[in-house]
Amino acid sequence: MEGMNVRLISGRTAVQGQNLDSKLTEKYFDEVAVCNLNGNDMEKLNVAKDDYVKVTTAYGTVIVKAKQDDGNPEGLIFIPMGPWCNAVISGDTHGAGMPSFKGVDATVEKTAEAVLQVKELMRTYME
Amino acid sequence: MVEITDVVCSLCGCVCDDIVLEVENNEVVKVKRGACSVGKAKLLGHERIKSPMIRENGELKECSYDEAIKKAAEILYKSRRPLLYGWSSTVCEADKVGVELAEDIGAIIDNTASVCHGPSVLAIQDVGLPSCTLGEVKNRADLVIYWGANPAQAHANHMKRYSYVSKGYWTAEGKKGKKLVVMDVRKTMTSKMADVFVQVKQGKDYQVFSALRAILRGHEDVVPDEVGGVPKAQLLEVASMVKEAKFMMTFFGMGVTHTGARHNNIVNAIQFTRAAHLHTKANIMPLRGHYNVAGINQVCTWETGFPFAIDLSRGYPWYNPGEASATDLLYRADCDSAMIIASDPGAHFPGESLRHLAKIPTIQIDPYANPTTEFADVVIPAAVSGIEAEGNVYRMDNVPIRLRKIIDTDYLPDEEIVERILTEVRALREKEGE
Amino acid sequence: MADGELLIRNGVVYDPINGVKGEKKDICIQDGKIVESVTNPKVIDAEGRVVMPGGVDIHAHIAGGKVNAGRIMRPEDERKGVEPKTKVCRVQSGYSIPNTFATGYRYAKMGYTFVMEAAMPPLLARHTHEEMVDIPILDNAAMPLIDNNWMTMEYVKSGDTDLLAAYIAWIIKATKGYGVKVVNPGGTEAWGWAKNCDLNDAVPYFDVTPAEIVKCLGEANEKFEMPHSIHVHGNMLGHPGNYEVTTATYDLVKGIKPYRDRPAMHATHTQFHSYGGTTWGNFESKAGAIADYINNNDHVSIDLGSVILGDTTTMTADGPMEYSLYQITGRKWTNHDVELETGSGITPFLYSGKVSVHTIQWAIGQELALLVKDPWKIALTTDHPNAGPFIGYPIIISMLMSKKRREESAEAMHKAIFDRAELPSIDREYDLNEIAIITRGMAAKTLGLAEHGKGHLGVGADADVAVYDMSPEERDAGKIQKAFLNTKYTIKAGEIVVKDGEVVATPPGRTIFVTPECDDKLMDEMMVTLKDKFDKYYSVTFNNYPVQDAYLPHPYEIKAPWRSS
Repeated sequence: MEGMNVRLISGRTAVQGQNLDSKLTEKYFDEVAVCNLNGNDMEKLNVAKDDYVKVTTAYGTVIVKAKQDDGNPEGLIFIPMGPWCNAVISGDTHGAGMPSFKGVDATVEKTAEAVLQVKELMRTYME
Repeated sequence: MVEITDVVCSLCGCVCDDIVLEVENNEVVKVKRGACSVGKAKLLGHERIKSPMIRENGELKECSYDEAIKKAAEILYKSRRPLLYGWSSTVCEADKVGVELAEDIGAIIDNTASVCHGPSVLAIQDVGLPSCTLGEVKNRADLVIYWGANPAQAHANHMKRYSYVSKGYWTAEGKKGKKLVVMDVRKTMTSKMADVFVQVKQGKDYQVFSALRAILRGHEDVVPDEVGGVPKAQLLEVASMVKEAKFMMTFFGMGVTHTGARHNNIVNAIQFTRAAHLHTKANIMPLRGHYNVAGINQVCTWETGFPFAIDLSRGYPWYNPGEASATDLLYRADCDSAMIIASDPGAHFPGESLRHLAKIPTIQIDPYANPTTEFADVVIPAAVSGIEAEGNVYRMDNVPIRLRKIIDTDYLPDEEIVERILTEVRALREKEGE
Repeated sequence: MADGELLIRNGVVYDPINGVKGEKKDICIQDGKIVESVTNPKVIDAEGRVVMPGGVDIHAHIAGGKVNAGRIMRPEDERKGVEPKTKVCRVQSGYSIPNTFATGYRYAKMGYTFVMEAAMPPLLARHTHEEMVDIPILDNAAMPLIDNNWMTMEYVKSGDTDLLAAYIAWIIKATKGYGVKVVNPGGTEAWGWAKNCDLNDAVPYFDVTPAEIVKCLGEANEKFEMPHSIHVHGNMLGHPGNYEVTTATYDLVKGIKPYRDRPAMHATHTQFHSYGGTTWGNFESKAGAIADYINNNDHVSIDLGSVILGDTTTMTADGPMEYSLYQITGRKWTNHDVELETGSGITPFLYSGKVSVHTIQWAIGQELALLVKDPWKIALTTDHPNAGPFIGYPIIISMLMSKKRREESAEAMHKAIFDRAELPSIDREYDLNEIAIITRGMAAKTLGLAEHGKGHLGVGADADVAVYDMSPEERDAGKIQKAFLNTKYTIKAGEIVVKDGEVVATPPGRTIFVTPECDDKLMDEMMVTLKDKFDKYYSVTFNNYPVQDAYLPHPYEIKAPWRSS
């Protein structure tokens, strides 16, 4: 894998929650198709606010927009729970019944590729 | 304009029940007070699915309720291993019909606990759960711990109504008389409020629980200088806060159910609570995400004996989480149809599980279009529970509260939709003379 | 055949409330009631078989928060009793905590048609009702817990018995409950701080004693024409030496005159409260002392709480007791404290005939039945599932009827039964009339349900009938046990629901609730204090609290007017 090695976690945000019933909207897209990184990590990646990053795990790859969150320690990225994060999460629960939504090894790199809209992202599962 | 009080919010597990709404021309026009920003968004409503639809040649085409229900029944009737998934954002009355349907067609019935607090249920099945209702916390707790959770964003009224900011009988001073400890892998809006923020290295919560248990049981000598990224001094500080407390309450979230040791994290969290109980009154509670996920667990349990991932294909209840949980079934391609109700696996399941969902006939029952709609072959729009349909729900502490019906609608409630599908399935069976 | 007409012909009928003690008699049924005669009925041949009114269980934990918490915690128990669905029956699961469907079917197969849910936390009442609606066949009711409630303790402290009565009226109405349940008074509130109370300890912060709480509730209960006495699970349950607390608790209501022909207190699962000794080492039965008290007094009735050997699940509102039990066994434990009201604890427990203490406990439950002379003072229970699951009732019936079976069982158990219990020295054997009293007659009378058609077969009673496939002369304990486990017929409201031990129909049961009537002025005064509690301390609103009508699709109301003097 190319790019910086990180740990990926997912979770709720208030704006994500406000749009639980409106997931096809711009507001949801702007909040959830996002990777939150510590500012130092962004510097290392040469990524500025609103740049796109490619996040890759052993299970898939996804393009999301970068946002700064210095609450994250270095090496920890946070993608809000939702379709973009789930594009790189494994469906194998190792018999525990629970997928690994948090604590997934990933790499992050700057990219010029575009972020897929929700419907486009769903269509990638139909190929 | 009519003002309606004591409205019950139907979004998160807080189930706030003192909401005041303004209704005009059969529409909720204002949320006057009581709701957080997330609840407010729910109550004010969003763009709806306009009509039932059936997918033809890749496109969703509008149809009647009757046609959609008939099509859904056909799919389920013909299916050899149907999955009925979701249930966490509807009322118990609908859940009961769901179990009846699952029993009738030999389906697997599973709910969102599988991707949320399922591990907590597994932990309870190992060690039990020392807990209480939220009013106990409000009235007694002087030490509140949030572990792997960010209520400021996910359960925004929680601290105000039930735990840290709230005022109760022995907690009349509110925040002033209490201590807030937040354990998380990163700083959040919740950790900002904490008296003590403990930053745990991602994936190391299990070790931190163990270390605290050791200290509380008088074995601090075996604890090294750093555990899971946390300095021993800070662990000792938290332990002495526990010992000095009169009533300790721990709330925990996905930060510990989703990572590494999964349900073992929760077992350890509960054992940590028991160790605390040697020094003070100590209870613990999972922060349930949806307003009635606790309810579907309750209904399934009293009706089948088991709380989630129940396989009824043998004609009797079979419980083996990890085998019959929805994501596992989809990952293994071990179901041949799916009815998704009151939930959104399209958004919240790992992508790898969605490949199979894309292949199998899928029915969606929901008021709103969402990523799951892309996979649906039949879409049945439902009334919004708590606004257009009433019914029973269970708050995160298992207190049952009745949602109110605030306005009228032409949309059918979930209970009626599932009831009609069941009736149709039975009619199909009778026709075939089985 | 005329619609709704049924004739049970030539059975040997035991109907103790009407003084029928094993008479060959026809039972006529029309439109769900017992009638004098019928014209063109469907006939059930009960020749040579025992016929009794449908069983009335005065105390079992079958529906609600802690019951389901037990189920969730114990998938291993649920797996034990798994049965597939049939054309008539839904799926079944569970052994000590059956699912709601199995609960209904298995009770009905034992010939029971009414069960009282023993303890309903008022804040969680909707849950109890949701589960009761899902229990097929059986009529039911539930008793709200009213003894650790802050409102109760405050009125006990101020001595305002009338206002306490108003609160009782409000709670019973708001929860659609049946009567006043008391569990570890004061102690469960103290458990909110990880403490407990003995009978005369002051409850922390509320500064009243459990003794005061029991006495005041006993008095307040009699302000109404309440069908049932206060129903009491006393302090120090399960502790060696607790028999003195038990009789002291009974003494508290000695001077109270009940409104009707029933005791002032029903003391429940008395086995757990009849302990001597000071430690588990010198633990012994004091059933004799308790039986003496019951024999010499009329103000208390009891139910047995008799032990069934094997694995079961304990669950009560006695939070601190459940915690101690968990500390003894080290098994899993769930606790659920309920704000301003009560609490609960759940933990599995294995009663083993190899353990001295369990053997003595096993003996005590039967000693109580055999040493109390008047069976009208006793009901047969196992405090399901605390001392054992209800499916074990037939075992107890066979023990009480057969000294031989008791002897055989004792031989396989711990020797302590010979010097720390009385059972081996008791020769008495119950007859079927006495069994009928302790499994239906006494409960119906004590609950005040006899005049509402339960527990007897007089004209006008509900047509709830059990036909046991057993001759009244049967003395073989094994055959008696088998007969009482699966009826030849169970009839519920005139409909055959069980035939040859199989469920053939699953009509819904009714929920019976009491509406105490109270002076408006008194109620208004009490409401001021109550609403203040909701504003400040409860986590739900006043208006969202009462159980809505939707939760009782088949209600049956009993009014309890205020007594004029």
